[in-house]
Amino acid sequence: MSMYHTKSITELSAMLQAGEVSSVELTSYFLDRIKSCDEKLNSFITVCEEQAMKAAEAADERLRAGDAPALTGVPIAHKDIFCTDGVKTSCASKMLDNFISPYDATVVRKMHEAGVVMLGKTNMDEFAMGSSNETSYYGAVKNPWDLNRVPGGSSGGSAAAVGARIAPAATGTDTGGSIRQPAALCGITGLKPTYGRVSRFGMIAFASSLDQAGPMGQSASDCALLLNAMAGFDEKDSTSIEKDVPDYSADLDKPLDGLRIGLPKEYFEHKDGGMDAEVEALTKAALEQYVALGAELVDIELPNSNLSVPVYYVVAPAECSANLSRFDGVRYGHRCEDPKDLNDLYTRSRGEGFGSEVQRRIMVGTYALSSGYYDAYYLKAQQLRHLISDDFKKAYEKVDVIMAPTTPETAFNIGDKSDDPISMYLSDIFTIAVNLAGIPAMSVPVGFANGMPVGMQIMGNYFEEARLLNVAHKYQQVTDWHRQLPEEFK
Amino acid sequence: MSIDTGNWEVVIGLEIHAQLATRSKIFSGASTAYGAEPNTQTSVVDIALPGVLPVLNKEAVHMAVKFGMAIDAEVADRSVFARKNYFYPDLPKGYQISQFDLPIVGMGHINIELENGDSKRIGVTRAHLEEDAGKSLHEDFAGMTGIDLNRAGTPLLEIVSEPDMRSAREAVAYMKKIHTLVQYIGICDGNMQEGSFRCDANVSIRPKGQQEFGTRTELKNINSFRFVERAINVEIERQIDLIEDGGDVVQETRLYDSVKNETRSMRSKEEANDYRYFPDPDLLPVVVTEEYRQQVKAELPELPEQKQQRYVDEFGLSAYDAGVITSSLAMSAYFETVVDKTGDAKLSANWVSGGLSALLNREEIEIADSPVDAEALSDLLMRIKDNTISGKIAKDVLEAMWNGEGSADDIIEKKGLKQITDTGAIEAFVDEVIANNPSQFEELKGGKDKMMGFFVGQVMKMSKGKANPAQVNELIREKMKS
Repeated sequence: MSMYHTKSITELSAMLQAGEVSSVELTSYFLDRIKSCDEKLNSFITVCEEQAMKAAEAADERLRAGDAPALTGVPIAHKDIFCTDGVKTSCASKMLDNFISPYDATVVRKMHEAGVVMLGKTNMDEFAMGSSNETSYYGAVKNPWDLNRVPGGSSGGSAAAVGARIAPAATGTDTGGSIRQPAALCGITGLKPTYGRVSRFGMIAFASSLDQAGPMGQSASDCALLLNAMAGFDEKDSTSIEKDVPDYSADLDKPLDGLRIGLPKEYFEHKDGGMDAEVEALTKAALEQYVALGAELVDIELPNSNLSVPVYYVVAPAECSANLSRFDGVRYGHRCEDPKDLNDLYTRSRGEGFGSEVQRRIMVGTYALSSGYYDAYYLKAQQLRHLISDDFKKAYEKVDVIMAPTTPETAFNIGDKSDDPISMYLSDIFTIAVNLAGIPAMSVPVGFANGMPVGMQIMGNYFEEARLLNVAHKYQQVTDWHRQLPEEFK
Repeated sequence: MSIDTGNWEVVIGLEIHAQLATRSKIFSGASTAYGAEPNTQTSVVDIALPGVLPVLNKEAVHMAVKFGMAIDAEVADRSVFARKNYFYPDLPKGYQISQFDLPIVGMGHINIELENGDSKRIGVTRAHLEEDAGKSLHEDFAGMTGIDLNRAGTPLLEIVSEPDMRSAREAVAYMKKIHTLVQYIGICDGNMQEGSFRCDANVSIRPKGQQEFGTRTELKNINSFRFVERAINVEIERQIDLIEDGGDVVQETRLYDSVKNETRSMRSKEEANDYRYFPDPDLLPVVVTEEYRQQVKAELPELPEQKQQRYVDEFGLSAYDAGVITSSLAMSAYFETVVDKTGDAKLSANWVSGGLSALLNREEIEIADSPVDAEALSDLLMRIKDNTISGKIAKDVLEAMWNGEGSADDIIEKKGLKQITDTGAIEAFVDEVIANNPSQFEELKGGKDKMMGFFVGQVMKMSKGKANPAQVNELIREKMKS
């Protein structure tokens, strides 16, 4: 029996191109693996068996004809936040449990055009609001490294599926850390691109000015292949940026001599805020590895980083409160039984359709935007956002990349933080500033603390995804943390 | 209709919503054409499916800038779309994309003519771009409401005036001016029946001489010039009665009922929505450069006031006639065709602003729908010019043409209205009238010039209006000499 699940998509793609394996074989292999393993993980909301097999046949045809793009025939999973034509797109909400999208998100279309085979749609926090994947209408996702623990969120299904290798790679979205934090907690590699690098069209909006789609894979090299297919200007998204897309795979091997790595003191001085000693130690070990690769470490300051969490929890709920207004029970989605009148239709449809975390954020956002509070909250938050961006701009005058832990601690137990929103919000303390500034950042596995994966975050300047991937890849050439598999899914 | 407001001064400001004549919607590629089957002109964006994003229609921006340049306004270098949040079934996103604190068009102005012939400048505070909502259909669905989203996303320019108008008449004059202008510059079809041009009015009163404004009410959705005037007047009267009876005007939104000719409360200030405006993160700020402004300015067609002046200078029309004719682009085009065919601007102006306009007003139809087109009217005027008929007979012919009885020539022929120019025939009428009125004829000969009118009149009567009046005059004068 071939162990296709031990292969990265970089390897699978080469095998497909060389005719060593067919897409039909690979696809049915992973569909079987989902069937046998996902009961433990709950990482998929929808598995598209029939469609996937059809797509695999088409991919094989394309491969036989020659000149097929690199990802042709590679099976992957999409986070259930992306609209997929003819397939249920739920955003892990009861509100959209009955919603079958009539169109493809741009990311989905581009992936399809690149020849990728969609295995299914992965579980997530409801409307991407959460850091543990416990807010899903379809139930919590389990961490493949310890089924009692959370996989992180909101792209928890994608992270768990890739961590357990029941999908070789997946797409995710990141509004405040939703790719990087679960990638770190599940021991995989994830990249949040620069805001505007990947189209948001067809990606169900949480906080429009922060949301960004990105790849989640086994390695930097995998993420480069996926980003090649995802990135680019889209005339359907006015906030996507008209800028040439480089070949992200081209410079992966560039030497790191002279690379200046910034270490923000605010992130490392966070011990009191719950930074785990082992997480810190593993991060420092990774940094030493970089020094060995020719990089130099530079102490920097991001003086406004303490503002990130409060700013984020004004901006994101404010935008979400408007973005989620369209779910009103009128045109699609959940509608309550026998509404008495219009107000009843609205309040019951939304009250029944949205989970408590989503309702909490809608209420917070509605409050922050209310007349008389707007200046004190939303406007102030947007002003502070500039300060946070300026911190990064100044830092990148001195350094090429910034490194810090992705999360202060490893995956926590399911249920541990679900009643304590503030403590839950603080698990994104290291990732949120990146979204507020709009810069790209990755998480790469740097070891294990008490058997649970630890991720390190690499942050770059605007549109420096290629640099980040290069920096991550060089590390992965000399380490094998990213190649570890959980015992249960070997 | 004008009303006596006693010691009260009326203060009126208007908010006009003009649907922009773009082919596609402001944030999607769906068609804006009116009258299609419900929900057939909607894209995934218009029905606000999950994940969709708005993309600004450049032509809508172009049209807004055109308007700004035409009213001499400050067109903003940078304007911002904002979300106006409220729930309603015909508002698919649960928010309307509009502009709030940074509109595309800032302060400008337009002149209106007052009844005494003076001109008054009305300030236009701002004009901003926004999307129209869909329609809720309450009839036809027992106990339910139908939603038609064809209109959702149609671009609107909301034109907000300063509170510069002091009577319903002035408000209507301003509204007509804007109505004319948007059609001239080709940004709105001006069709009020289809809702392409709509108006809300803010009305308040204050004691004459007081600087401070009184409490205002907002009258919603008054969709014809006549109703605007009536609604405002009835609201002014309500406010005066209320205050004079010791009451207070409450700030609220009121709806005009044209059947009962009254306004009634829709919602008070307390019940008003908190729209929670914030900049729409899905759209970039709209940047307009000086170069673009100048380019759009250069593109502007001849504006109504310029055309009016040209008609005075070029055709020798009175300012009044020129004003009537240029009040609509369709009418001025009609007029120019008639001038072209007849070569007689004054005659053309008299008939377009006179006889034809009277019929249009009587039947309450637009010149575009006139049963007598410019060519047909020109043919009629040519028969006046070549003395086939008199002006008086021509009025009857026009009426017949209006009623679909045929072309000018057909009607003249059929009804035997051709002017008598045969000197012998006219002389016979003249002789008969003189024979019947010998003493009056003596008076005429004796120098009583007024009697001339009597004789011409008698001859015209006898000839059933068909005698050429100039010839009648001439023959009578000859008879006086003999």
